[in-house]
This record gives sequence, structure tokens and C-alpha cells, in this order.
Amino acid sequence: MSLDNKQVKEIAYLARLSIEDTELEQSTSELNNILSLMADLSEIDTGDAEPMAHPLHMSQRLREDEVTEENLAEEFQAIAPKTGNSHFLVPTVIE
Amino acid sequence: MTWETVIGLEIHSQLKTKSKIFSGASTEFGAKANTQACAVDLGFPGVLPVLNKEAVRMALRFGLAVNATINKHSIFARKNYFYPDLPKGYQISQFEIPIVGSGTIDIPLDSGENKKVGITRAHLEEDAGKSIHDLYDDFTAIDLNRAGTPLLEIVSDPDMSNAKEAVAYAKKIHALVQYIDICDGNMQEGSFRCDANVSVRRKGEGLGTRAEIKNINSFKFLEKAINLEVERQIDILEDGGSVAQETRLYDSIKNETRSMRSKEEANDYRYFPDPDLLPVVIDDELLKNIKNGLPELPTEKKARFIDTLGLSEYDAENLTSQKAMADYFEIIIDKGADVKVSANWVMGELAASLNKNQIDIKDSPISASELYKLISRVTDNTISGKIAKDVFKIMWNEKRSVDEIIKDQGLEQMTDVGALESVIDEIISKNLDQVEQFKNGNTKLLGFFVGQVMKATQGKANPKQVNQILNDRLS
Amino acid sequence: MMHNLSIAELIKGLKNKDFSSVELTQHYLKRINESKLNAFISVTDDLALSQANEADLKIAKGDSTLLTGIPYAHKDIFCTKGVKTSAGSKMLDSFISPYDATLNHKFNLENMVMLGKTNMDEFAMGSSNENSYYGPVKNPWDLKKVPGGSSGGSAAAVASRITPFATGTDTGGSIRQPASLCGITGIKPTYGRISRYGMIAYASSLDQAGPMTQTAEDAAIVLNAMAGFDSKDSTSASKETPDYTKKLTNSLDGLLIGLPKEFFSSGLDDGVEKVVMQAIKEYEAMGAKIKEVSLPNSMHAIPTYYIVAPCECSSNLSRFDGVRYGYRCEDPKDLDDLYLRSRSEGFGKEVKRRIMIGAYALSAGYYDAYYLKAQKVRQLISEDFKKAFQSVDVIMGPVSPSTAFDLGSVKDPVSMYLADIYTLSVNLAGLPGMSIPAGFSKNLPVGLQLIGNHWSEELLLNTAHQFQLKTDWHKSTPIEL
Repeated sequence: MSLDNKQVKEIAYLARLSIEDTELEQSTSELNNILSLMADLSEIDTGDAEPMAHPLHMSQRLREDEVTEENLAEEFQAIAPKTGNSHFLVPTVIE
Repeated sequence: MTWETVIGLEIHSQLKTKSKIFSGASTEFGAKANTQACAVDLGFPGVLPVLNKEAVRMALRFGLAVNATINKHSIFARKNYFYPDLPKGYQISQFEIPIVGSGTIDIPLDSGENKKVGITRAHLEEDAGKSIHDLYDDFTAIDLNRAGTPLLEIVSDPDMSNAKEAVAYAKKIHALVQYIDICDGNMQEGSFRCDANVSVRRKGEGLGTRAEIKNINSFKFLEKAINLEVERQIDILEDGGSVAQETRLYDSIKNETRSMRSKEEANDYRYFPDPDLLPVVIDDELLKNIKNGLPELPTEKKARFIDTLGLSEYDAENLTSQKAMADYFEIIIDKGADVKVSANWVMGELAASLNKNQIDIKDSPISASELYKLISRVTDNTISGKIAKDVFKIMWNEKRSVDEIIKDQGLEQMTDVGALESVIDEIISKNLDQVEQFKNGNTKLLGFFVGQVMKATQGKANPKQVNQILNDRLS
Repeated sequence: MMHNLSIAELIKGLKNKDFSSVELTQHYLKRINESKLNAFISVTDDLALSQANEADLKIAKGDSTLLTGIPYAHKDIFCTKGVKTSAGSKMLDSFISPYDATLNHKFNLENMVMLGKTNMDEFAMGSSNENSYYGPVKNPWDLKKVPGGSSGGSAAAVASRITPFATGTDTGGSIRQPASLCGITGIKPTYGRISRYGMIAYASSLDQAGPMTQTAEDAAIVLNAMAGFDSKDSTSASKETPDYTKKLTNSLDGLLIGLPKEFFSSGLDDGVEKVVMQAIKEYEAMGAKIKEVSLPNSMHAIPTYYIVAPCECSSNLSRFDGVRYGYRCEDPKDLDDLYLRSRSEGFGKEVKRRIMIGAYALSAGYYDAYYLKAQKVRQLISEDFKKAFQSVDVIMGPVSPSTAFDLGSVKDPVSMYLADIYTLSVNLAGLPGMSIPAGFSKNLPVGLQLIGNHWSEELLLNTAHQFQLKTDWHKSTPIEL
């Protein structure tokens, strides 16, 4: 599966990354090189193997419904790039 | 040209757990911004989710209440997209294998019949935070208190064919989630949110393109929004155009729907199983446990009201539509009050006053036992039904007991036959013309005489006795 | 010299009052400050000395644990409260973590002393420590060579004895490969053995922390402090934690060692193969039986890993958006601009590459062919190991196809990926793996890889320890003794 420049730009946007036009060619070729590694995957006969999402055969542990966290808003917001009135601020979003 | 409408609803119901679905932060409504957003909720690097047991139990309660298939192995998946109120850049939800599979629920139609609506699935997911656009001119402010609150997303089959059915379904679900105590149903606070998927088609055709309408926070608006949307789509199609598959916002002020300017349409959510969480396994023991702990469900209660209490279909439906109302009613019945009289008072005077003042029955200024008292004073003939309505009004505004009010205002019925006879005799003597007319066949004048007696006794005369005595005297 | 003492020896020394924790700490801090390896991103002098002081008080009161007062270097992937935590990235250059990873919490309970945060490939993505925002780390054996990655700083620090031990993380070989290239001991335990809470995630189903030390015995001592169930981590195993030092001295007579034939084919440097085979002979001399095993799907580990890991990381790294912490671009015009510039400016090239591969592989239309398929192959790889462990106790082989290569010599990402061939499958199967110094080729260290079945850390450490009783490779250091 070979990608063209347009597709690479779309994928980049999907991940909110921007690629300068000057770098686009190189990025595309690098990604295609990496993807060519994967080409063999389709040839492998995986039979009826189940996809393995986790190496351990465990099930999800359940937590008691209790409030265990205290209010640390001040500490947490001290490291934020921009706050105001105890809110995190971003450039205006139009819905 | 017959147009058919196809509607499906997606309802997001906030589960009333104490803590969030994946963290131990509080879910209480109304806290100062970001004071209930812990490290996990804020998506700091390195934090991990741990699943709230109660959220799972609540989802299962719902599944059992709608006779749904329960998926004993369900998986949490990441729904990836970028938005400032989504801290991790993905929402933990369920995609291919939700915890609750397909079920059904009956909705009442205007015709009095019931219609079965299918529920496709219900799954657990976390809520996002809130974006506030009007706090600042150049910024959008983000409050993440709500981020991580557990949601049960209930998806219906596209079984509804008009706005009324959609509203009936939404109301049924709304009542049910409160019945089984998993959601407080507070639409103003955002605990219960409805999105409608609407499409139209010419009779006989396949499904049309659907539009999703979001931002509906009342049943009234739900009905309006759907009707608007149906009209809009039909207009487009009749003009030869095609309906775009998109998300639209309902604007209640302008009474219109408009296309959302968000890029969500273009979004590829890239769902995949969340590697930080393991498969949720439900065993039979847990299911049995939860099933046994379910309260009497609305359908069962309604059937009991009809079969055991002898109420009509209409009355039973009305009284059981809200658990709080059914509970209120049953307190009165359990004390021994007459079923029909109590039903009339609860569905009549009480409901009207609650509605007028926009109060929930839970906050009723007149408690069930106080209303019972009032009703029993009518049935024991202390006061007439008409006077009782006045007493009700006083009780609504003041914290005085029934007996206190009756005594203070001197509202006891006049039941003394002798006293009544003298009043009646006096009225007869003053209205001999009407007596003549009555005896000549104008029986409608009985009402006139009753009216006069009531006036003379400030409404306190016992109507039954008055009628008896009048009939006696005038014959 | 203090810095050549193993942890076991340092523990004795502190107990016997040969030196205090403060003296120990000062000694290492001095060596760190003189080091030219760029192994550290932050050196936490003041914190370390105050922790050392605390430790000395505890020891004096008799209120100490085994590791009280022992200094360590912490890979900068662990969130340390009040201390800069960068994950080797510009994105987190300004990030002072507001909370502690569970691992720190455990170390703090024992009153251990944190010397600083070590350099690493950005967000753990890399095999040479050349992908760090803070510059490459140099291999102490040859300053022109890479130390390996992503735990390059930790490996170099232990090898040059500027710390008694360091923490590392391993997603595709990031403990074992730098351990091999720097001539030290490193173990990646079974997935779920050590808590991931507070460990900045790269690939959640593959990441695992582990100790990097001079000896297997030290690794066992430190593993005792690191391992254990954590209720904050849903993927943390509740399996009880044994005392990993108890079985170190078991005899290896009759141990069945499997050599995967796929690990000894072309691509493996002759010099490396020679060292590895010599090490195997040592084991034979100890009474172990060697047999050939086959891991037929292990050759597919590269495409499998390089789909699974990028998929998970593309999602894990979405939280870095300039909104709540970390790097934010200057004067963002709108939301898109905020995201695009903060992320593009904050992330390095390799990170961006992997995010894009992951986003692509998960996208509509490609999910089945890539992600789902890779997870199925993962199952096959795991089954290969299961089958092999039915006939052998431990699997051995090389860690890396070559010894340390020149800084800047591998420019092509794919070439870099191909060198992970022997380590990746271990993470995919969630198995424990170790690297121990086994000799030299052209004056550069060569590691021997030991792979065990799930939860067999005791056996691995025992197997490694016995080798270290019979050989001296682990005692070699590039510095004057």
C-alpha cells in the first residue's frame, strides 16, 4: 500500500500534525518505506487466531464507587499554559 | 405523495454514581470549575483508568429492565478525536462489543395501544468536559469537572415513525432510568440528553439519508425539532435535492435546526480496543444478584394497578409514568384511602399545581400523608369535595395541617339535618316563582336551588343531603 | 572505590557504617557532574541530598528497609512529583509533574535517593538514544558510539558507574538492547509485573519497567522493590511477588536451554554470534542441556510490532495538545493552529513518524489489514513461545545483531527498526527477558539474552546469577577501577 502526498497530508491532519510542503516528499517516502515492511503481513496465514489485544489473560478489575480524590485544582493549573477563572483557556472555538 | 418518517434516538443518560467511571473524583453537580477533575480526568501523562463497579451494575440494571441480551464479555474502545474538552484526545467508550445488547420497550400511543420499540444496544462511556464560549471574548474556557462522568448511551432501533412516538419513547426511557435508580433524569443539568436521527422516504422506498439532531434538552423541543427536521427534509427532496448526512443543532430560540460547523463529520474515529483496560466479564451470579435487586418495573406496576387496584388503563399509565408519583400515590392507598378518589386527587389537583409551579413531585409542598389526610376528611364527610379544593390551595401555600385549616376557617360541612332544613325552607320561601317552575317540569332549576343553598352556607352544606332535602321539599 | 560496589555491597556498607548515604550520594553526584556522556536530563542534587539525609536518619534509628539510602537514576519517563519529567521531549520540557508514579512512591517509602532523571529516546521511541530533544547519549565504552535505546541514559550511567542502578523501560527491547550495548545487566519482567501508573505511555500493551544494574543479584534486589500489584493500574497483575533473591543460588544442572534457530541466521554479526555461543558453552559446563527450538513467526515480529506500537502510541500521544500542560505554540490563532503547531513543534521526527503510521493503520479501511492482522500474528508469536517452553526452561540468544554502532550512522528509520529483531517478540508475548554481559567483540560489549515463560523472573535471575558467578564480564567497566 503506497501513499501519495495528499494522503500523507490527510493522515497528518488526522493526528493534528502539520508537514511543511518542503518536507512532504521526504515524509511520504519515509512512511512508504516503513509501510513496505508491513507488506508481508497480508501474506501470513493467521488461520483462526484471535487478535491478541493483551498478553495476559485477565479480566477487568472493578473499583468500589467511592470518592477518593481531593481537589488539587490549584496545583494542576499551576502548570497549565493558559488559565483564567479556574478554567483552561484555548483560542475561541466556534461550534 | 406519502412520506414516511424514520426516527431513531440516541440517549445519553448520566449514571448517578458517586465517583467517575474511571477515576475516584466526585461527580457532584455544580462544583467550581475544575475542582472535581483529578489527574486521571485531566489526562496527565502516565495516568491510567480503573473501572467503577457501580457503573457496571447500573448498566446491567438497565439491560435487565429492557429484557436485553447481556454481553458477558464486553470491551472498552477508544474513540479518537481532538477537542479541548476531551483531555486525552480520545473518549473511552464501547464499540464492537457493548455491555448491553438488544432489548425492547413498550411505548403508549395516542390511540391507547402500545407499540414495541427495539433498543439496539446500550453501552458505557465517559462524558467529556464542558466548553464555555461566553466567559471570554477571545478564548473558550474549559471546565473538566464533567470529564469522566459515567454515561450509558442507549441507542434505539429506528422504529419510531413520528415525533410523538419519539417523545413517548424518550419519556419511557426517562421514567425507566429513574425507576431503576441509575439516573436522576435532570434534563436541565444535562443528566439526560437526547439526540435524534431523522430521515424520510417515500412510501415503499428504502431508508433515506439521515441527519442527526443534537442539543435537545426537553421533550417539548424534541417534538419540535423532529417536526422541523422532517419538514426540512421533505422540502429538500420535493425540490429534487438530496439530504446531507450531517449533524445539526436545534436552536430553540429561532426554532430551527442548523448544520454544525464542527469537523466531526470528517472525523475518522479510529476505534480500537483500549489497551489500558481489560475485557469486562460478567458472571451469572452477579446478574442474578442484580435482577433480584431490581425494583418493580413500570410495566409490572402498571399491570398491578390495573389488576389489583382496579384502576383504568389510562389512570394506571398516568400514575406509573413517574416512579415518584406512583410511590406518592401508593403511600396514600396504603393508608386506606379510596383508590379512585386518591387517583383523581393525585392526577388532578396535585399534578395541576405541580405543573403550574414547575415543581417536581419530590419537592411537593404537600406530602403524601398530608394529602391522605385531606382525602379522608372528604370521605368521612367532614368537608365537601369542593371545600377540599380550597383547603388544598391553603395547604399548598402554608405549612398548616388539614384539621387546623378546617377548624380555623370553620369549613366543616353542614350536616345537621335540622339546620339544613331551615336554610332550605328559607330559600324556598324566597323563591316561590322558581318553585312553581320546578313543579311544572323545569327540573334543571334544582341546580339553582342547590346553588342558593351553597351560597347561603358558604359552600359548607353537604351536597348529598341538600339534594335529598330539596327533592323532598319540592316534590 | 565506592562506585564499583554492587548494590548488595552498598547495602552492607551502609549497614556497617563504612559510609553514609549522604557520602554515597555526594560521591555519585560528583561523578555525574564530571561525566561527559550526557546521560542525565536533570540532576536533582538538592532533592537527592535531602533524601540521603532522611535515609541516614532512618538507618540510625533502625527504622530502615533493605534499600534505604541507596541512590538511583530514574529514566525520565517516570512522573516525579515536583520534578521535571520530560520523556526526552520538547513537548514536556517545561512539565513539572504534579503527581508521583507508583514506582516513585514505592522507592520513596524505602527512602531511596534519586540522583536525577536519565536521558532517553523521545517518548521511548528509538534504539540508539539519538532521538532525544536533549541530545544523544554517548556509549561509555566508545564515545563515538551509541549506548542503545530508548533507555540509553540509564544504561550509560550504570556502565560508567555514575549510579549504582537505574530504572529503564522496555517496549520492544529498550532495557535489554542498551544493557547489551553498554555491558550491563537489565531485566524486563513479565507484562503486568510492575505498575505502569505514572510511567508515560508509549505502547500500553507492551510497555514494562525494569531495573538496570551491574549484576543479576542487584537486579533481583531492585525488582523486589519495584514489583507488585497496583490498584491504580488495570493491567497490573495480582500475582503474588516472591523474593527474587531467594533462588539465585539454585543449581542449573539439568536446565533445558532452547536456542531459536531463527535467531542465528543471517544478519547476526559473526563477532556477536561467537560471544553468544561461548556463553552457551559456559552453561553447558554448568550442566545445562542445549537444544534447538523454533519460533517460526518471530521473523514477523518487526511488522507486527511496528503496527501495534504506533497504533497504541498514536492514541496515547493525543493528550499532548498544549491545553492543560506541556508545550504550547506561541500565539495560536485558533484551535487548529494550537493543535497543529504545538504538536508539530513539540514532537521530534521519529515520534511524528510513528504517530502517523499508527493513525493510518487504525483509520477506516485499513484497520483490518493492519491493526487486526498484526494482533492475530501477535497471537501466533505468543503461541510459538508457549510451544517452545513445553520443551525448554529458558530460551537464549543474542540481544542485538551487532555491537554499538557509530552515532549518526543509521539514518534510515527502517534500518534502525530491523535491529530490534531479537527483542520485539518478547514484548509482543508479554514474556520476561534479560540481557547480561557475555563478552566483547572488537572491544565493544555483547549481551546474552535470556527469555523465560510468564512469571519466571526467579529462574531468569538464577540463570543469570550463576553465569555471573562463573564469569567476570559483568565486572568490566570502561572506566579506571
